[in-house]
Amino acid sequence: MEAGRSPNIEIITLAELKGLSGEPGHFKATVEVKPRYIDPEKCTACGMCMTYCPRLVPDEYNENLDFTRAARVDYAQAIPTAYYIDAQKCLRLNHEACSLCLNLCGPKAIDFTQVPEERTLEVGAVILAAGFGRVPLEALQKYGYGEYPDVVTSLELERLTCASGPSEGEVLRPSDMTHPQRIAFIQCVGSRDVTCGQNYCSSVCCMYAVKEASVVKEHAPEAEISLFFMDVRTQGKGFDESFRRAVDKYGFRVIRAKVPKVEQIGRRLALTYVPENGQARREFFDLVVLSVGLAPPEDALSIAQVTGIELNRFRFAQTSSATPLQTNKAGIFVAGAFQGPKDIPESVVQASGAAALASEILAGARKTEIIEKSFPTEDQSLLQEEPRVGVFVCHCGINIAGVIDVKAVSEYAASLPHVVVAEDVLYACSQDTLVSLVQKIKEYRLNRVVIAACSPRTHEPLFQETLREAGLNPALFEMANIRDQCAWVHGFAPEYATEKAKDQVRMAVAKAVRLEPLEIQRVSVTATALVIGGGAAGMTAALSLAEQGFEVHLVEKTDTLGGNLKRLRFLLSGEDPQKILHDLVDQVQKHPRIHVYLDTSVENVSGYVGNFTSTLKGPEGSALVNHGVVILATGAGEYRPELYCLGQDPRILTQLDLESALTEEKDLLLEAKSIVMIQCAGSRGQGLSYCSKFCCQQAVKNALQIKNKYPGKDVYILYRDLRTYGFSEEAYREARNQGVIFLRYEADAPPRVEVRQGGEIKVKVKDRLLGEDLLLPCDVLVLSVGVQTQGSEELAKTLKVPLTQEGFFLEAHVKLRPVELAVDGIYVCGLAHAPKPLEEVLAQARAAAGKAAIPMAKGYVEVPPIVSRVDQSRCIGCGICADLCPYNAIVLVKVGKRKKAETITASCKGCGVCASHCPVLAISMGGFTDEAILAQIQAFGTKEKKKETAEEAA
Amino acid sequence: MSFEPKILSFLCNWCCYAAADAAGVARYQYPPYNRVIRVMCTGRIDPRFVVEAFYVGTDGVFIGG
Repeated sequence: MEAGRSPNIEIITLAELKGLSGEPGHFKATVEVKPRYIDPEKCTACGMCMTYCPRLVPDEYNENLDFTRAARVDYAQAIPTAYYIDAQKCLRLNHEACSLCLNLCGPKAIDFTQVPEERTLEVGAVILAAGFGRVPLEALQKYGYGEYPDVVTSLELERLTCASGPSEGEVLRPSDMTHPQRIAFIQCVGSRDVTCGQNYCSSVCCMYAVKEASVVKEHAPEAEISLFFMDVRTQGKGFDESFRRAVDKYGFRVIRAKVPKVEQIGRRLALTYVPENGQARREFFDLVVLSVGLAPPEDALSIAQVTGIELNRFRFAQTSSATPLQTNKAGIFVAGAFQGPKDIPESVVQASGAAALASEILAGARKTEIIEKSFPTEDQSLLQEEPRVGVFVCHCGINIAGVIDVKAVSEYAASLPHVVVAEDVLYACSQDTLVSLVQKIKEYRLNRVVIAACSPRTHEPLFQETLREAGLNPALFEMANIRDQCAWVHGFAPEYATEKAKDQVRMAVAKAVRLEPLEIQRVSVTATALVIGGGAAGMTAALSLAEQGFEVHLVEKTDTLGGNLKRLRFLLSGEDPQKILHDLVDQVQKHPRIHVYLDTSVENVSGYVGNFTSTLKGPEGSALVNHGVVILATGAGEYRPELYCLGQDPRILTQLDLESALTEEKDLLLEAKSIVMIQCAGSRGQGLSYCSKFCCQQAVKNALQIKNKYPGKDVYILYRDLRTYGFSEEAYREARNQGVIFLRYEADAPPRVEVRQGGEIKVKVKDRLLGEDLLLPCDVLVLSVGVQTQGSEELAKTLKVPLTQEGFFLEAHVKLRPVELAVDGIYVCGLAHAPKPLEEVLAQARAAAGKAAIPMAKGYVEVPPIVSRVDQSRCIGCGICADLCPYNAIVLVKVGKRKKAETITASCKGCGVCASHCPVLAISMGGFTDEAILAQIQAFGTKEKKKETAEEAA
Repeated sequence: MSFEPKILSFLCNWCCYAAADAAGVARYQYPPYNRVIRVMCTGRIDPRFVVEAFYVGTDGVFIGG
C-alpha cells in the first residue's frame, strides 16, 4: 500500500526483465510488459467485470482450491487495486466470443486492443527480489500427494484457514468436506532431502507449521494435532518462546521422526514411523499436512542469464558471508528468499540493506529525479467564513448504489445545517470527479468537504490531496464510510443500510463543521549519525552511511574496533573472518566522514528524531555531538555459564576458545583423541532462556575444522535440535559423512560432566535409542555457550527505548520494521537486536543504515497534523500525560515558575492517550478534538431524540 | 416488532476499523444497527464520550481496539 502510494515508485506488473546492460550508476534494463487489458488508471475496482465474467477458471491464488473468473483481482488488498484479464483464459481473447465485461464496465477501463510493449528503463542499480518457488512435485508425491485427497500442502492449508479463503476459514478435509479430528504435519517436505536435490533447510517451515497448527486449533478446538519433526528449528528471535507457548496452549504432540510414507486405509491416512526409541509405530489421521519448503524462484535461471549473476548449486543467488546482499555483478543486489530461504523479518531486513547498497552508489544523484508534488497556497479568506460544507455521495458503480438509495442520502445531506451543496457522483475517486471536486470547492466557496464513499484508510489521502489542489487545508475533510462498513455488509437490508448511511453522513457533517485547518509540521534533520558500537555491525552501518554521504560518529567502548569478530577464526563459507575484519577496520579508519571514538561511552542522549545531542565521554574528557539519528550496534558478549565445569579445567573450552586453540595448534588439541561438544550449554532454558541461533553452525564448522586438520580424532556433538538452517545444512551432512557423531539429548536429561584434577573428563549422556547412559571418552570438552547482552539496560534507559525480557532491543514491529525502534530516529542492528551469525549481522547493519539514511536524505521529518497539542494556559503540569505517552512524545518544560507539558510533534503518533487522560482538558488532538468527537456523538443522537418526541406526540 | 438497538462504535483506526473494512471486503453480513466513530487509538476515548453517547440515547457502546 505504501509502495503503491509513493510518487517515486512505479510498479510495473505483468513484466519480465529481458535484457540488462551497462554498469553501476548507468544500467539499461529492457522490460517486456504484458497487457493487463484493464486500464488501472480508470479501473475503480468495483468488481462488475468479475461478477459477470462467464469464464470459470481454477483460482491459483487459492492454490486451485476454488474457482475464480478470467476477469479478476487475485485478492482484495492487491496493489495496484485494479482488475486484470487472464489472457490464457479469457473467451474474448482466445475465441473472439463474449465481450460482456467491455459493455458492463462503468468507467470504460477495459481495453482489448492492448498489446505487449517493450520498455527501456535507465537505472543506476538493480535489486533482485524474485522470491521463492515451489519444491519439486516428486518430493510431495512420496507422501501420497495427488493420490490421496486428504494429503494437502501447508500452502493449501494456509488458504483453507484464511477467513477470505475458499472455505472462509473453515478447516475441511478435501475428500468429504468434514472437519478433520486428527491432523498430522510432516516437516521437511522438499527440504533436507538429497533424494530430490534439496539438501538445504528451508528455515521457515518449523515456525510456520506451528503457526498453522495454532490457527487450525483456533478454528477447530477439538482437533488433535501431531507434528513430525527431524529437528525443531525455531532459531529466530523469540521463536523458541512462541513455539513453547503454542505447544503448551494447544497441546500439540511433538514427535521426532522422519515419516517415510503415508498410506490411505479406508477413509483415513496411516503414517508409519520410527520414533527415537527404534520401535516402529503406525497411527491414523484424518488429514496430513506436508510442510513444503522453499525452492529457488522458477525463473532463477533466466534471471541469471539476463543479468549475468552467479547462482549457487541450488539455483539461489550466490553471495558471500562478507557481502551477503551483493551478487558477483557490481551494482546488482539481492534480497529476500532468492538469496536463500528465509522468513519475513529476514527478508525485510535484506530489502532495506539492499536499498542502502543502492543508495550508496546513487548518493551523487540523490534528489535529481524525484517527484515532489506542489500545491497552491491555501485560501485564508475561506476560513473567515461560517462553515460551508459540500457533501458528495458516491455510487461506486453499483457497489454502494446497488444497496443504498444514494439519491436519498444526498438529498438528506442537503437538508443538514451548514451544507451548501450535496450531490451524488458515480465514482468519487475517478479522475474526472476529482477535477470537478476542485471546481465545486471554488464555485461554492466550500471550506469543509465530506465524502460518503469507501474507507478513509484507503482513500482519505487521495481526497485530501484534491483539497490541497483546490487551495483548501487537507484537515478540513471528513469521510463517511458507506461502502466497506455499510453497503457491503448490509446487502440484505437496503432500507436499513440507507438509514445507516444517512446517520453516518450526518455525523460526518457535524464533525466536519468543527474541523480546523492544521499545519503539516516539518522538523529539520541534522545529517549526521551516531553509531554506538564498533563491532562488525557498527562498522558496516557506519561505512554504509558514510558512503551514502553522511557524517558518522562511531563510538566504541573498548580500545579497538572489531568486537566479537576479533575472536572468530573460520567461517562455514571458507572465507577468512580476520580478513573481513581488517578490511572493515581499514575502510572505517580511512573514511573521511567517519569519526571514530575509542574508549568512549555515550553518557547522555537528549532530543528527538532529527535533532539529538549526545555527550560522549572519552579518555580526553567529554564531548558534545549533534546528530539526527542513532544506530545501536552495542553487540553482546559470550555467555560463560557455571555449567559443565567451565572455568575449572583448561581442557574445557567454549567454541570461541576452541577456534583460537585450533589456529594456534595448541598441544591440548594435538594430544586429544576424542573431543566432545555440548550444544545449548546454558541456553534454551538453562540460564539463558533463548536460542543463540549461530552455535549449531559454529559447532559443525569447528567439528569440520578438526576433522580436516586431524582426521584421526573423534568428535561428538551432543545437541537438542541441530539448527543448521539454510545452506549450512550441507555442512551438517558433510560432518556426518566425515564421521562426526551426533547424539541428541532432551532438555530434562542434559549431559553430565565430571572432572577429576589431572584425571579424565567424564561425559555421560542418555542414548535415545537404547534408553541407557553412554559414557563418552573425552579429552577436550567444548561448550556452545551462546551470547548475552551487556549494558543494554543502561542505554535503553537513556534512550527510553524498550528491551525484550532477555535484554535485547525490541524492534518497533517484528516483520514490518525490524531495525527501527519505537522511538523515531533510533535503529538497531547486530547482536544487540538478537543473536545471529555474521552474515545476518552484516545484512542487518546495512538495513539499519538504509533506514537511518531516510530522514537524513530527506532533510526533514514530516509530521501528519493528527498530533496532540497542549494548551499551556490550562495545563497544571501534573505530568500524567508525559507518564502515559507510549512514544515519549510529551515532556515537561519549565514555563516561568511552573512546569507545563509540551508535545514533541516529531515523535507524536496521534493516539490521543494524553488527551483522554488530561484532568483539565488542556490537550487537543488534531482532527480528533473533543469538540469534533462530541459533535459526532451528539449528531448520532439527534435523530433518535426527534423520533422519540414524535412518538411522544403521537 | 423486534428490538432494534442503536449501537455507537468507537473503532481504532489501526485494528478494529481496519477489521470492519475487511469484513466489508469479504462481504460478511451483520445487523445494521451500529454507527461508527473512527479514532486513531482507543486510548483517545474519554469516559465523557461514553457518557455522552448514553445521554443522547444509544442502547450500547462498542469499543473496538
